[in-house]
Amino acid sequence: MSGRIDLMGDAALLVRWPAELAAAGAPLAAMAALQREPLPGVIDLVPAIDSLLVCFDPLAVDREQLTVRLQMLAAHPPLTGLPAGRDVTIPVRYGGSDGPDLDEVAAQLGLTPHDVITLHTTTEQRVLMIGFAPGYPYLGWLPPELHLPRRATPRVAVPAGSVAIAAGMTGIYPAALPGGWHLIGRTDITLFDPAADPPALLQPGDRVRFVNAEAQSGPRRLTQRRKAGQGAEGETQRRKGRRGRKEV
Amino acid sequence: MDRFALAAANRLAGNQPDAPALELTAGGVQIRFGAPVLIGLAGADLQADLDDAPLAPWRSAIVPAGGVLRLRGRRGDWGGRVYLAIGGALAAEWAIGSAGTCLASGFGGYQGRALRAGDRIAVHPRSFTAADGMRWWPVGRRPAYCAQPRLRVLPGPQYDMLPEAWELLLQTTFQVDQAASRQGYRLAGASLPSHHHSLPSFGVAPGAIQLPPDGRPILLLADSQTTGGYPVIATVIGADLPLAAQLLPGDRLAFTATDLVTAHAALAEQAAWLAAGPEDDESGELLAQAGAIG
Repeated sequence: MSGRIDLMGDAALLVRWPAELAAAGAPLAAMAALQREPLPGVIDLVPAIDSLLVCFDPLAVDREQLTVRLQMLAAHPPLTGLPAGRDVTIPVRYGGSDGPDLDEVAAQLGLTPHDVITLHTTTEQRVLMIGFAPGYPYLGWLPPELHLPRRATPRVAVPAGSVAIAAGMTGIYPAALPGGWHLIGRTDITLFDPAADPPALLQPGDRVRFVNAEAQSGPRRLTQRRKAGQGAEGETQRRKGRRGRKEV
Repeated sequence: MDRFALAAANRLAGNQPDAPALELTAGGVQIRFGAPVLIGLAGADLQADLDDAPLAPWRSAIVPAGGVLRLRGRRGDWGGRVYLAIGGALAAEWAIGSAGTCLASGFGGYQGRALRAGDRIAVHPRSFTAADGMRWWPVGRRPAYCAQPRLRVLPGPQYDMLPEAWELLLQTTFQVDQAASRQGYRLAGASLPSHHHSLPSFGVAPGAIQLPPDGRPILLLADSQTTGGYPVIATVIGADLPLAAQLLPGDRLAFTATDLVTAHAALAEQAAWLAAGPEDDESGELLAQAGAIG
């Protein structure tokens, strides 16, 4: 069981792993390995659900060295070397106008809205990739009880901060964007700030726990809501994660 | 979009090849300069005038204080973009290591948006000599810009999933659809096979040719998203992206297969052209000599 490597143009290689290796964290493990021991001429790494895009400068890279290295990582991704990641807590206001699809999601899954919130807040999810729009995280994996496909008709505009689920994953909309995922809640956290370093709050490999903002703070107090752009530090609890922890 | 023309314009203006510059499109523009500057213009011929005297692209020029550069639109049978570099530093908003504008998310460049009438851009000009304003970029050191280019492609990562689509891609002359932006061009002309492949999103790069289920290909360009889920049946090689960057809606293009060795050799050739840089304008030198003698 080994990954395959294909050209994505003349300046990138796409490494793809079979489902089991991908679920065990092969893309992030391979990315971490290439960050620990960088190869000259490799300029960007784009991890995704079951793949890693390795972008390079064709005039600066040693192609043979790169190919050998990627063949190794495709066959034997160092799963024990998964990025430590950080622990990030994200408060969410579930349901109501913040999560207009919560009741429908619960009905489709044969659960109560309370069950959906409980399952969503008790599952630690890892940032699998950032994509779709700047700072948009794909978080996985949700327990099978919360698996459902995307909405049949996408919305033209989803409000910024919307927390949505589909295809076994959670996504958070950093800005008002079109979207086809089911909106179950909303957060005030700023996910993308071009002036910050790094601009995206979440990085691949981070572990996210969602908490029910209502349950935590009692009745909603609108005046205490943070405005977007004021920074997310106060609302996230970050600490160095333990190295080598595996999540499937 | 056209990174070669951007680099050439910057070299003409005495800047680093990747210095911030202005991308001017076929719609036309008029720019007034507040102070004397050295400029480099490279890319399409969009009928530029400097204080009402024609200014050909691929040349440097000195603009006097109060000088006006005007672009009226495409003259020839190709070209949608020309690059204006100004000798010195252009005040731009940097984000994520780039002064480029992210139009979709509204940051970087100039207030995260396209320029409009009345905008003022600060420049810290570098000093220059009269000779700096008389350089040009030889034709032999430019990509083969032309109407209806034949872009060289490599098989994409999902090419074996849709082999008949690859074959049809190489046999068809496409037209850039009205749905064209810096993110990508929808290509009209022939429907490639439709399909029902749904893939987990993966990293994509400029030059990738995606095939959505409706069979109408999309060529991703400079502002490409970082990930996508449509099969990528082919990818345009980096050396031919400048040709793609110069297309406008309605323009035609075709594709031809190549290999990685050719692709890298073409990139190395372009890098050598950029390293060689502009040349002194011989006609200008001759005139100067004539003046010295006479």
